[in-house]
Amino acid sequence: MSNPEFVVKGARWRGENVDVLVAEGRILELRPTGNYMYTGAQKIPAGGALLLPALTDCHVHLRDPGFEYKEDIVSGLGAAAQGGFANIMCMANTRPTNDEAAVTRMMLEKARRAWKNGPRLFPVAALTRGLAGTELTELAEMRGAGCVAASNDGLPVRSSELFRRGVEYAADAGMIVIDHCEDPDMAPGAGVNEGEVSSRLGLKGQPVAAEAMQVVRDILLAEYLGLPIHIAHVSCRQAVELLAWAKGRGVPVTAETCPHYLLLTDEAVHSYDTAAKVSPPLRTQDDVLAVRQALRDGVIDILVTDHAPHAAHEKEVPFCEAPNGISGLDTALPLTMRMVDEGILDMETALRAWCHRPAEIFGLPVCAFNRDDPADFVLYDPGAPWELTPERMRSKGKNTPFMGQTLPGRVNALFVDGVRIV
Amino acid sequence: MHWTHKDLLDVCDLSTGDVERIFETADSFMEINRRPVKKVPTLKGKSVVLFFAEPSTRTKTSFDVAAKRLSADSFSLAKSGSSLSKGESLKDTVWTLEAMNPDAIVLRDSRSGAARFIAERLNCSVINAGDGWHAHPTQALLDAFTLRRAWGGDFTGRTVTILGDIAHSRVARSNVNLLTRLGATVRVCGPRTLLPPRLDSWPVTVCHDLDSGVDGADAVMCLRLQLERQQDGLLPSLREYAQTWGLSRRAMRKAKGGAKVLHPGPINRGVEIASDLADDADSLILDQVASGVAVRMALLFLFLTRKD
Repeated sequence: MSNPEFVVKGARWRGENVDVLVAEGRILELRPTGNYMYTGAQKIPAGGALLLPALTDCHVHLRDPGFEYKEDIVSGLGAAAQGGFANIMCMANTRPTNDEAAVTRMMLEKARRAWKNGPRLFPVAALTRGLAGTELTELAEMRGAGCVAASNDGLPVRSSELFRRGVEYAADAGMIVIDHCEDPDMAPGAGVNEGEVSSRLGLKGQPVAAEAMQVVRDILLAEYLGLPIHIAHVSCRQAVELLAWAKGRGVPVTAETCPHYLLLTDEAVHSYDTAAKVSPPLRTQDDVLAVRQALRDGVIDILVTDHAPHAAHEKEVPFCEAPNGISGLDTALPLTMRMVDEGILDMETALRAWCHRPAEIFGLPVCAFNRDDPADFVLYDPGAPWELTPERMRSKGKNTPFMGQTLPGRVNALFVDGVRIV
Repeated sequence: MHWTHKDLLDVCDLSTGDVERIFETADSFMEINRRPVKKVPTLKGKSVVLFFAEPSTRTKTSFDVAAKRLSADSFSLAKSGSSLSKGESLKDTVWTLEAMNPDAIVLRDSRSGAARFIAERLNCSVINAGDGWHAHPTQALLDAFTLRRAWGGDFTGRTVTILGDIAHSRVARSNVNLLTRLGATVRVCGPRTLLPPRLDSWPVTVCHDLDSGVDGADAVMCLRLQLERQQDGLLPSLREYAQTWGLSRRAMRKAKGGAKVLHPGPINRGVEIASDLADDADSLILDQVASGVAVRMALLFLFLTRKD
């Protein structure tokens, strides 16, 4: 056995104290902490911090190029690193749109220059040129440039015919299509659920049916074509029940949700709080319970942040004018750990949803602490509560409905390919 | 007894005691409004900005008259004449207004929540003169004040039907809240395309046809039908709306004898209300206008003297 270059000593893993042995960026061994000398290896005391595989976020908006005042690749990956993420998939709604390989290469070059050791960036290609929903993009070339999936996120393709062709074409390019499910005519982007709260506040809301109808379209297409489709940010019970039905039939759909759909309802907008304006909108407690259960059952495969940073002045406007989105990279892991503490999720579900399933679905690296796995891991201190303030967020986007809350712990260290990033 | 509220954003901010105090104060101003010289020096030296970012004639005039009768200085700002039409954000406009140090801002804005937005950022009083579909507290107060005078003060056992475009109506939302708290039973009635979602969470009964909506009512409050609802695809035609939902003398036969008719104005004669009914003896439409001035005088008085 080769010798470790470094050893992380005394981390907590599934209730045990362990040492992590790393060489050449890979895991050598995970073993119970003992009286080992590890001669010649650097020793990093974990101080009892929790050891976790580094996280993967398959749904992030980095705003770069074009909207660098909201976020850029450097700041966004910085927030990702502080958040415990080794892999980031960024959506194509930049300016110019990531709809050709040159844009993809430019994004990757910028990421490499600023964060050469990670977090790794995996751009998502626009499914249609300019996200306009009329012509497919050159997905094969974009795949070659480094895109790992294709999506019209935020601007779902209205034409079911074109969407079908996109799913087929993407499959040949070796990519899965990610679909933001929202009927293009039923209050798209309303940012508030159609229900008691919107009724009281006099806001035009989006009904859950607007989301669920597009989920139905995608399920039927995925079954008919026998090709995978990944459903973005599921927010409601109807969508969850349809997905359960589809998966029961063996339809190759996968799905994601976000921490805010597990923790918040439309009551969060009761005083027109634009920080809680997001698409799809926050739903009701019944939806929250359904989404939680679906995540536990595996009907929803993965967690993502849908990190959508905005400048403060863009959110400080009357509700109807505010852009949709929640800044999520800084808070994802602490909020997840809070849900584990509260029994909403168990640790295995959390790790499956943030680490293992995203890697399986999109073919990304992941660490299961087996020999030769990439040494991508996090040391998380569960006993270091902190108050979420704008100053403590690494993202440029301070738009979060969790602002001011106490989060239970923090990332002490992030390793990607055995290199300490945080 | 000091008036403790800084702002009036909606009627739910007010206790029933507050409402009663507003009504009693308005009663005394009704008397002033009947005098030959309708001006008192009560608010001399106070200034009120009337910031109407959405077209309005009667509410704005009503506030203007109310301010002038109390000797307050009122300044008007319309959206077309303001920098809001030049792309300035509401926040910046509001800070500019604050720098002028008014005692109160009366705001009309087409965006739900706009009144709360500026109230959270201003030290002066903010009186909501209508924000989007959300709330129109001064209208609800004047409507209730008008009915109170017509009914001798008692709302218990009375049924008020609000008829028409409930979904897009700030008048309906504020009236439902206030009238139910005063003890009335409220019905809402209109085509399903113009009803808001989850009416089961409102303290109302819902009627899906005009006859059952009007049946046995003590008052029917007709809402203005915004003509753009047809373009929005919510109605096939004004003609069919008038035939199906228009309030007429014939429809009012189902209501209680002497039932009152209200309308916040401006009315579309022959659309939501038949012309002859609007001019009927039981129509309170012009009483609403007179009440409006008195109620707004009461509100300006209470809010502008709260620190004195």
